[in-house]
Parts: sequence; C-alpha cells; structure tokens
Amino acid sequence: MSEILKVSDLHVYYGSIHAVKGVSFEVHEGEVVTLIGANGAGKSTVLNTISGLLHPKTGSVSFDGHDLKGIAAHNIVRRGLAQVPEGRHVFLHMTVEENLEMGAFTQPNSTIESGIADVYERFPRLKERHKQVAGTLSGGEQQMLAMGRALMSRPKLLMLDEPSMGLAPLLVEQIFGIIRELHQSGTTILLVEQNAAAALSVADRGYVLETGRIVTSGTGAELLASPAIKKAYLGG
Amino acid sequence: MVHFIQTLLSGLSLGSIYALIALGYTMVYGIAKMLNFAHGDVIMIGAYAGIVIVAQLGMPPVAAIVLSVVICALLGMLIEYLAYKPLRQAPPLSVLITAIGVSYFLQNIALLIFGSQQKAYPTLFEVPDFTVGGVVVDGGTVLTLCTSAIIMVVLTFFINKTKLGKAMRAVSEDKAASALMGISVNRAITLTFAIGSALAAFASIFYGITYVYIKPTTGAMPGIKAFTAAVFGGIGSIPGAMLGGILLGMIEQFSKTYISTLWADAIVFGVLVLVLVVKPTGLLGRKISEKV
Repeated sequence: MSEILKVSDLHVYYGSIHAVKGVSFEVHEGEVVTLIGANGAGKSTVLNTISGLLHPKTGSVSFDGHDLKGIAAHNIVRRGLAQVPEGRHVFLHMTVEENLEMGAFTQPNSTIESGIADVYERFPRLKERHKQVAGTLSGGEQQMLAMGRALMSRPKLLMLDEPSMGLAPLLVEQIFGIIRELHQSGTTILLVEQNAAAALSVADRGYVLETGRIVTSGTGAELLASPAIKKAYLGG
Repeated sequence: MVHFIQTLLSGLSLGSIYALIALGYTMVYGIAKMLNFAHGDVIMIGAYAGIVIVAQLGMPPVAAIVLSVVICALLGMLIEYLAYKPLRQAPPLSVLITAIGVSYFLQNIALLIFGSQQKAYPTLFEVPDFTVGGVVVDGGTVLTLCTSAIIMVVLTFFINKTKLGKAMRAVSEDKAASALMGISVNRAITLTFAIGSALAAFASIFYGITYVYIKPTTGAMPGIKAFTAAVFGGIGSIPGAMLGGILLGMIEQFSKTYISTLWADAIVFGVLVLVLVVKPTGLLGRKISEKV
C-alpha cells in the first residue's frame, strides 16, 4: 500500500511552549490510523499542523507525495486532505444543507448535489433535518454533520479530531460504527482520540503520544493487548 | 396628515441612507470583528469623487455613479490591506485606534486636496416632484428609497443564496473551520470591505442628492449615526442594520418635525441607550450557545 501521509520529525511551538517534540509517523492508503494519548499530549496540535492551521518550527509533512510546507490551510483542502476539527465547529447559524455546501466549497458546482445525496444516504438523520439550523442539532447530530461536511470535499485522507468528545456512550458507538463503514468503503482515516479503547478497536495501526512524543506504536490489536497501554489508557 | 406622510417618506429615505452605511459597519464587524470607524469617511471620498467626475471632468452622471462605486470599493480594499491586515493578530484596541487614525487621515487628505470650503454635489438627475392624493412627494426621496430597497434585496440574496455569500457568512462565524473548508479567509474579508464600501458609495450619492454640500468632515456624522443604527439593530446582523437604519432615520425625522430640530439627535441617541439597556445585543442581535 502506498504512503499517503508522511510526518517526519515534527516540532511545533505555541510561543515558547514546545508542544510537539519530534513526531514522525505515516498513513498508508486505505488504512485507519489512530493517535491516542491523554489531554494535552499534542494530538490536536499534530492534526492542526498537518492541515495547515498551525506551522511547524522544523520537520515536514508530506501528503500524496508533495511537501505541504508553506501551503495555506485553504489550499491544502484542495489537495484532498479534510479535517473534522475538535469540538465539531459546524456553522451553527447555517442550515444543515448550507454546512454541507460549504464542505464542497472546493468542488465544482455540478457535483455538489450528488455529494449531498451521498452524505444523506450515510447519515439519514441529516436528511431529516436538512433545513434546520445547525445550532439546533444535538451534539451527536452535529458530529455527523461535521463528518458529512468533511466528506463533501471528497478527501483522499479524512482526519477526525476527537469525534467521540462529549457524546453519550450510545452515540459514541454510532460514530465509531460510521468510522468502520467509512473504512470498509475504502476511506483513509487518521483518527485522534482520548477514548483509546474505541479508537484502537477500529484502527489498523496506532501511535501513542505522550507530552509531545510518540512513545509506542503498533497494530490496533497489539496496542489493545499491551499491558502498559491497558494500565495507562484503558482503565486497568 | 399631509405633513405626516411627507415626514414618513423623508424619514424612510434618510433611514435607508443610514441603513446602507450601517450595512458596511455590520458586515465588517461580523467578519473581521472590528469597528471600522473610517467607514464614514469613505462616504465623504465617494461624494468628492462624484463632484470631480461630473463638475470638473464633465463626465455624465452615470459615470459618476459607476466610478464612485468602483473608487469606494477599491479604497475600502486598500484601507483593509494597508491598515488592518497587518493587525489581524493584534489586540482589538490597536485596530480601533488604527481605524480612527485612518478616519483622520482621509479627512485631512480631503482637506489638503479640496480645501475646507464646502463644495456643491452636482445634480445627477432631475427627479420631478409629484402629487399623490394631494400630497406633494419629493422625487429624490422616492428615488433614494426605491434604489436602496433594490440594493438591500440584492445584497440579501447574495449573502443568503450564493456560494460566495454563504462563504462570507461561514468566515464571519468560524475562521478556522472556514479555512478547513477551503475558503480563503483573507479573500472573504477583502470582499466584505469591497461590498461595504460600495454600499457607502451609494450612500454618498443619495447623501449628495439630499444635502448637496460636501466638506471633509461630511462623513463623520452620518458615519456615527449609521454605526449607532448598526448597534441598535444588533451589530453583526445584516437585517438588523437595515431595520436599525430605517428606524433611526424615522425617529430622527419625526423628532425634527414634531418635537424639535435641536433635540432630534439627542432623542436618536437616547433611544439607542434605552434599547441597549433593555436588549444589550440590539434588536435583532443573536446569541446561540454552543452545544456539547
């Protein structure tokens, strides 16, 4: 399988705070790869740097064979890299349908309708609420909308930042069910999660991030079985 | 009754001028989260542009309309690029002070070029007064009212129905998320300044037709009143700016006619204070809390 994303020795600072200290990993086409770690480990910082919202001090991100250095966030999307941000960040004052249209901002107008139809097929709840303003949706529905919106750009790689955050267990299960479906339909996914058990159960491979460094990596099953991981992240 | 209808019409017409200016304030605030206090002075520059184009260059009135819209739009984009863009990450107070600086800069440029003596705005078109049911209606008033209404309908359509308009709304709501959609935040802000300033150009034309005399400080008072109108309607809200502008114009005109010309401005600002005490977000201002 070919490499779609390669992150090499990434160092990111917030002012004088060294948040990411030399992170390297890669994602292959068709894989689900997860970055797990505690709050503040630097997971979101890594994603935001890949998508161009933050800029690394040193190190490189290469996507689909091209170095992303110096490319603005809004142009990275055009290359096929979509991110569902932490906390969903749907446009609360816009309708469900308008949110999806914004997701397709980089796409030719003629394909938007079929894109929306695809998203509605995957998320029937969104279709029921297509005229509703996103601010009136429940947390789980907003997460579905954020994922649907990202899929509208027909990404080669979908990055999900804490999709289970703040959701009831039943909804978490539903969201991870959707991630599994997306995986089966061939979507490449980079998943950042605090919910390590759920993330590792859907992931082909995983990396464990601690205070800005990758401390362990392995297949999802290996990490799930590892006593150290169990102790630190899976509650015994 | 005749008096009442005439006051109503001129109030609506004055209000629609305020509304056009208030839209510039509110759109820029919505997207760049800043108060562009140089906005009123863009009107003044637009008015001088009209004078130069028709009175000095002898071009036809249509050219005055088209060119002053283009000049104001370019000026708005230039101000944003030179003065505000470098301050995108700066504290709000620095941006506010800069806006006030730009305002004085424009006024003094006008003073330098055109002098302190007021100049007459050219008669762009002769609109005859007409009589409806015994009431003499001022043609210019009706023209201002109708044109503003059309502009506002077009703007509302653009903002709500077109891809670019929706992208502007997206950016005003969440810049990082918009960038993740592939929207260029900088370009959206530039476009907002261009549209806001083009609306100011229309306001300058109506202002010139109504009040005729233009001087370097001409933009200050309508600017501050339109800002008041934007806050009144709920700053950041486009329908709010329209409603706020119209109401403010009506309150001002009715106060002038039925209470006192001297008290009119005090009443206008008094109403603003009252509205803000009762409803701090303005008439149509909104707040949706984030769900978790």
